[in-house]
Amino acid sequence: MAQKKGVRIEHLSKIYKDPKTGKDFYAVKDTTLDIAPGSFVTLLGPSGCGKTTTLRMIAGFESPDEGEIYIGNEPINELTPNKRDTAMVFQSYALFPHYNVFDNVAYGLKLRKVPKDEIQRRVTDILALVELSGMEARMTNQLSGGQQQRVALARALVVEPSVLLFDEPLSNLDAKLRVSMRTEIRRIQQQLGITALYVTHDQAEAMSISDKIIIMNKGVVAQMGTPSEIYYHPVDEFVADFIGEANFLDGAFKGADGDTCTLVIDGHDVKVANPGSRKPGDNCRVVLRPEAVKIGEAGVLPAKVTLSCFMGSYQNYHVMVGKTLVKITDSCPINKKIYNVGDDVWLSFEPECAHVL
Amino acid sequence: MASRQSAALDRKKFFADPVMLAAILILIAFLTLFILYPLAMLLVDSIKTDTGISFDAFPRIFGDTTFRHALVNTLELGFVTSLGSTLIGLLFAYVDCYVKVRTKIMKRLFDVVSMLPVVSPPFVLSLSMILLFGKSGLITRSLLGIYDANIYGMHGIAIVQTLTFFPVCYMMLKGLLKNIDPSMEEAARDMGASRWKVFTTVTLPLMLPGIGNAFLVTFIESVADFANPMMIGGNFDTLATTIYLRITGGSYDIAGAAAMAVVLLMLTISLFLIQKYYLEAKTAATLTGKASRARMLIEDKTVTVPLTLFCCLVSVFVILMYISIPFGALFKLWGRDYSLSLKWFEYLFKHSGLKAFKDSFVLSLIASPITALFSMVISYLVVKKKFRGKGFIEFVSMLAMAVPGTVLGVGFIRGFANGLFHSGIMQGIYGTGIILVIVFVVRSLPVGTRSGISALQQIDKSIEESAYDLGAGSGKVFMTVTLPLIKDSFMSGLVTTFVRSITAISAIILLVTPKYLLVTCQINELAEKGYYGVACAYATILIAIVYAAIVLMNLCMKFFGTSRKIKED
Repeated sequence: MAQKKGVRIEHLSKIYKDPKTGKDFYAVKDTTLDIAPGSFVTLLGPSGCGKTTTLRMIAGFESPDEGEIYIGNEPINELTPNKRDTAMVFQSYALFPHYNVFDNVAYGLKLRKVPKDEIQRRVTDILALVELSGMEARMTNQLSGGQQQRVALARALVVEPSVLLFDEPLSNLDAKLRVSMRTEIRRIQQQLGITALYVTHDQAEAMSISDKIIIMNKGVVAQMGTPSEIYYHPVDEFVADFIGEANFLDGAFKGADGDTCTLVIDGHDVKVANPGSRKPGDNCRVVLRPEAVKIGEAGVLPAKVTLSCFMGSYQNYHVMVGKTLVKITDSCPINKKIYNVGDDVWLSFEPECAHVL
Repeated sequence: MASRQSAALDRKKFFADPVMLAAILILIAFLTLFILYPLAMLLVDSIKTDTGISFDAFPRIFGDTTFRHALVNTLELGFVTSLGSTLIGLLFAYVDCYVKVRTKIMKRLFDVVSMLPVVSPPFVLSLSMILLFGKSGLITRSLLGIYDANIYGMHGIAIVQTLTFFPVCYMMLKGLLKNIDPSMEEAARDMGASRWKVFTTVTLPLMLPGIGNAFLVTFIESVADFANPMMIGGNFDTLATTIYLRITGGSYDIAGAAAMAVVLLMLTISLFLIQKYYLEAKTAATLTGKASRARMLIEDKTVTVPLTLFCCLVSVFVILMYISIPFGALFKLWGRDYSLSLKWFEYLFKHSGLKAFKDSFVLSLIASPITALFSMVISYLVVKKKFRGKGFIEFVSMLAMAVPGTVLGVGFIRGFANGLFHSGIMQGIYGTGIILVIVFVVRSLPVGTRSGISALQQIDKSIEESAYDLGAGSGKVFMTVTLPLIKDSFMSGLVTTFVRSITAISAIILLVTPKYLLVTCQINELAEKGYYGVACAYATILIAIVYAAIVLMNLCMKFFGTSRKIKED
């Protein structure tokens, strides 16, 4: 396989005209990214955040208004999509309906004038890799959604591109298949060591598949980091709220003590992780994950239950801490006391689970 | 806002794609030279005199009673024809979609009626009208004993045009009715509305833009129609025939003809613009998506019987008119001697009939692949690509739809008879087969482009993008992915062009030279002279050829078409 190449994006911007107002707006604004060779990076964000636009600029279907894109060390702004060393897996699979599975996968190789016997060998190998051996002669409409997705993946992989681009490839599949396909994609990417950039709006998908996640919002990168960094140490409310469920509690900084510090929340002293560089009296906002909060007879914050709902693997509570709603998921409820609406309870949590923004 | 680097990059990528660049340049050159330029020459001709620019020609022709009559006639005829066609078309569509029809025969009958105008040359109904209702008509004279029947004139043309154009309205309105969700009407019924009330308050308002659309399309067709007024008009002249007579008649008043052509062109173009940009958008806005369920058909006898009866009568009448053509060719002497003979066919082949068929056939055959390819490339560029000049290509190729054949013919005479801008350049093509082929291409381009565009819009953009992404250039993408996916549309473009070309007359009759004999011109000439037997023999063979072409196309689609392979599950 060719030498691994990363992708570098410098100060990339794309401006579109709003069709309703006729005004220009930034779909992607001053984005700088460095994607290491061989890594699996996901662009995650709500619809309209600029993630697909970024991906399409890398593929060459859109031209950036500002900035430069590099694959390896080569600037590629001026190259047409067919001259770029990328291969894309599309949301709609985009298989050629007039070709069978073999010809679909062989398309890119034929364009590269690869000798016939080598095409035969490489297509056979790649179809084995995506577990579609024996399906070569099928037409694409005779395949299930998951199989079509594998063909699309094989077609992109077989040309051995420097960078593999995924544009929400699993969103047309049902929930179960989605989970098994994402494991599959990850397995193949690891096996081939190819650089992959993956666009999705499904956070669970992003978490499970990526080395690094880039959260985008309104055309700007909000945070880039490993899945656990993003989950436990979100940089702002948007990221915290977008990844997983988040409770936000407001309090005043009282004093630091090594790794922890004390905040006054709703009149009670609460120990949380120390964000550093805060002065007593500063207002702080704390992110608290629902599964990190324990509900019981004793704790650090008093609360009143407003919703109690059995969900199978966990009991779902909504409680009010003063005027703030806190969501709690209490796992494995079978052995625990179940609280009812109106009960007075106490909440507690480990300091390191509470991240100050 | 910051500097727009994307524009420069897009331009660079664009120029890195020589195939596409070449295709665009060729298309722009073709459209400019053979559609815009001749029309522009008409405008220039109508205002340019020896002494300079003057609009004298316009007041002059408006002061001309022949012209004023022709203009009034044209509008009157257009109105009557489109009203009739729309109403009959609406009835047919309603019966087809809403009324429970017992027998399969009705369905077949409707299919045949909607198919007939496609396969028939434009003036066939005029011919059979004369045969059935003329002075020595089968019905008027032989059955009813009327000896002074006069079918020539406005009423004759109106009947013939209505019968020719209503199937088009029928097909358009049927498509609309099929898209109305029955649950809307069921909701109205459920709230207590009678069937008539549902029709007037729900169905009709939803259809109104579509009906307007059908009306205008027919109006344009009627105004542009040349062959029928020519054959059955008698003293009733329309703009199209007046222009023709100005040029071919003794006066040879080119400036006058050009000014009239400009008036006719303005008329059709403004109708076309209303239809295209106002009504079509409105139709799409009110009727989107597909019906969710099958509709409960009306079984009430008081509704079904009169409606079906009417439609059956019209269908039978139309079919009768078509049948009279081959019989017209087989009877010894229409009106007097109804014994069968092949003498008109023998006459035809003795008197250069073979050459006429060969010329028509060959020229149409050359035009077909050119048009099909051009229209597919245009639709590909329009639907899938972004570039400057795209709007121009789309607009001009659609504009050709609104240009009456007669106007185009006059434009070509003015534009090419003395070469480009009367300079002698390209004069060589005038009077040759090349210019006839070009006219065929221009006349069929809008139809092919429209079908190509709608076929392409159904293909997911990412299919082509993925080919592009895998390393194929624009030309390669078009040849290996796009074209195979719209093969059906391409084939129908081939045949449609062939059919339209071999049956064309309006523009061609002004441009044809004695070197070429064309079937349609022959029929027109023979009918003028009253040689109906031979004219019918020509028309019969022509219809047979056209029908064979369509059957061949359907067979090809069945065996080589993509749709079957792709669509079957």
